[in-house]
Amino acid sequence: MRIVVNHIPHELPALSKVSDLLQLIAAKPPYAVAVNLQFIPRTQHAHYLLAENDQVEVIAPVTGG
Amino acid sequence: MTAPLPLHSADTLVLYGQAFASRLLLGTSRYPSPQILENAIRLAGPAMITASLRRQGSGTAIAESGFWELLKKMAVPVLPNTAGCHSPQEAITTAQMAREVFNTPWIKLELIGDDYTLQPDTLQLVQTAEHLIKDGFKVLPYCTEDLILCQRLVDVGCQAVMPWAAPIGTGQGPLNPYAMQLLRERLTVPLIVDAGLGLPSHACTVMEWGYDAVLLNTAVALATDPIIMAKAFAQAVSAGRMAFLSGAMTAQDSAEASTPLIGTPFWHQA
Repeated sequence: MRIVVNHIPHELPALSKVSDLLQLIAAKPPYAVAVNLQFIPRTQHAHYLLAENDQVEVIAPVTGG
Repeated sequence: MTAPLPLHSADTLVLYGQAFASRLLLGTSRYPSPQILENAIRLAGPAMITASLRRQGSGTAIAESGFWELLKKMAVPVLPNTAGCHSPQEAITTAQMAREVFNTPWIKLELIGDDYTLQPDTLQLVQTAEHLIKDGFKVLPYCTEDLILCQRLVDVGCQAVMPWAAPIGTGQGPLNPYAMQLLRERLTVPLIVDAGLGLPSHACTVMEWGYDAVLLNTAVALATDPIIMAKAFAQAVSAGRMAFLSGAMTAQDSAEASTPLIGTPFWHQA
């Protein structure tokens, strides 16, 4: 299925979870995840099932004002 | 006889019940190098430093991959922001992600309503702040100097508000002194000037008006010597605060000699 991560399309098997996606893109801590504009706590990464065309954001800390 | 000294040394900034030794909050962006940022923070000793979130793998995140280590090393409280958010849901989700990444309930709520001026979306800011407060956040909302807006933010539970002095990054200093001073007179919660300061004298001025703290970034980061400028701002904030606590004289229209006139030599001899 097609999942868009940080505005880049990826192909994942059906029934993939957020943790599968994080492994696929080799996400490096610290990060946080949102799916379709909803925050997904890290305690749910191994359980949350992704769906076709989900829009995922994986963010990292940066400088800010 | 020596009069007791005022206890200004015990004067601390208190936000949501937490005391801070400094009244300067410092942004971490746009510095020439991580080392200069680190030295500026060390010299200024800010109460908090701001941080943000961007997509992992983006140019910004890759370029700043060492920032996380710097934050851990500095051990200064972090104030994450929701910079770049244009809708309440974007701001709420970003705040929730920031809480997990930075392990803090503090959030500088930025809800941008106009990309040209970076003016906050005042019509949706209050409801967004209320949502975050109910979700357990300690919200410091970036807002305008509008009295009613700030009052509504307080009404929904904000224990401090952060009016701008001028648009972000302009360095113009307080553009509406009347409204900012009126705001200080009317609200009792801590007021932190956020955005638009360009000079230490700007910071000193708003502190003399009774503002409780200032948050700035660009004025330090884009100085020729950011490290010394950070120190200059820290001292200006302290000077302004002490001046406010000391009670300034009332300005007068006519001159009045400082030196006593009685006994002036050669008085009426000519």
